[in-house]
Amino acid sequence: MKRKSIAVVGAAETTELGLIPNVSQIQLHADAALNAMADAGLKPADIDGLATTPEWTPVLANYLGITPGWVDGTMVGGCSFMLHVRHAAAAINEGLCRTVLITHGESGRSRVGVGGFAGNRASLEGQFEAPYGIMGPTTVFTIPALRYMKTYGVTEEQLAMVAVVQREWAARNPRATMKDPITVQDVLNSRMIAYPFRLMMCCLVTDGGGALILTSAERAKDFPRKPVYILGTGEAAESWMISQMEDFTTSKAFRVSGGKAFEEAGISHQDVDHLMIYDAFAHLPLYGLEDLGFCKRGEAAAFIWERNTAPGGKLPVNTNGGGLSYMHSGMYGMYALQESVRQMRGIAPAQVPGARISVCHGVGGMFAASGTIIFSNEAP
Amino acid sequence: MPEAKRPLPKPTPETRHFWEGAAAGELRLQRCDQCRHVYFPPRPFCPKCASRKVSVFKASGKARLYSYVINHRPMPPFTAPYSIAVVELEEGPRMMTNVVGCPQTPQALQLDMALEVVFEKQTDEITLPFFKPAGA
Repeated sequence: MKRKSIAVVGAAETTELGLIPNVSQIQLHADAALNAMADAGLKPADIDGLATTPEWTPVLANYLGITPGWVDGTMVGGCSFMLHVRHAAAAINEGLCRTVLITHGESGRSRVGVGGFAGNRASLEGQFEAPYGIMGPTTVFTIPALRYMKTYGVTEEQLAMVAVVQREWAARNPRATMKDPITVQDVLNSRMIAYPFRLMMCCLVTDGGGALILTSAERAKDFPRKPVYILGTGEAAESWMISQMEDFTTSKAFRVSGGKAFEEAGISHQDVDHLMIYDAFAHLPLYGLEDLGFCKRGEAAAFIWERNTAPGGKLPVNTNGGGLSYMHSGMYGMYALQESVRQMRGIAPAQVPGARISVCHGVGGMFAASGTIIFSNEAP
Repeated sequence: MPEAKRPLPKPTPETRHFWEGAAAGELRLQRCDQCRHVYFPPRPFCPKCASRKVSVFKASGKARLYSYVINHRPMPPFTAPYSIAVVELEEGPRMMTNVVGCPQTPQALQLDMALEVVFEKQTDEITLPFFKPAGA
């Protein structure tokens, strides 16, 4: 993709975030979409491309009253929206559509208007993992961590520090779900969920949504908001079965996705002012910092412990408070993208002064897939 | 409310040999006839070289503990806390399991400890492989 050929011209989250028991899941999509269209000064009829999940794209299209001529329903878990951005950028560049709406909405906590989930016991995961008492992300996403900790001598205190630092960012954000300061000891005293993970090392479960609108950089100049340009993109898929992940101390999907995005952007790590790493659990920023190349293998825990990613540090990470403290509806990637866009627009609650380049890295299906988007606020 | 049951696998044509093996007390893996790569989970081709010429063989049942969590949340019919582990088989592939026959504590569950397979019959069709400390 040509650098800065595509821009974000509309971005918004749902009107409310957190606990929203009076709104169904599809309406969370629509609420975020309407907010993003208002932000961009657009009407539904102006949208000719639609990407969404976990609602089905045709269902949402009809709900919004549009018939998009470009459709994406890529569903690889929480980073699906990073992939939607990448696919939309390619589609706009190819002339398949001009204005793409990407939405997310999830009634993760209240479960209003949410379809049921029945595992397929004939799938490989159903046959070879489900019989052993796995119960979603808390017992699956977390399994590699002990191997990582033993390999690099990372302590439970260091894992706890990830949550502490992110709470410091959340304290600066009025929309964050959890804002009260916490200590390493508070994290280590919180309830055990799945050893070595305690409650405060696990993400929130809340309700909400978000939407983005993308168009060509050329058209973006005519929109009311300052455009946020896409500098580089990457995506990858490794394994849905955690037991078949190649190496428990590093994510191949992270390395492939991040590598593609950095190569396309043509930037070095020193150029990055702001970083989002999808943090469903406290170990993910460690993998992200290393697999994206910001730290050498095994050095991320010390990097965080020394406050490099904290407010005032040299590499601000997860400045909205992250999935651990801001919000997490189930597919958090959209909120990471929203925070990158806010930082590039200069309107984030915990704004990084003078930030020009933001890297936004997502995970999906636990360690199954990955998507990376690099943004810039400088015109091409 | 009906009593919760362990979600049991539904064998497919490509995995049937594994479940028939487990019922017979054997841990069966596959090896590529062409490049000799040993792999899991089952499929009728080699994931390394794509050859369709592959054979089923009986594995040693020896493994080491690669990584795990100990689940503390209620998950009937499991009794928390219980381990959910990934073991590395002597032949190379990794698989998920529960480590049984020892306390479900970080002290008893040391990474890289030697393990061996044990089988527990669930139904006439399905027997599940578990792993216990070697020699225990």
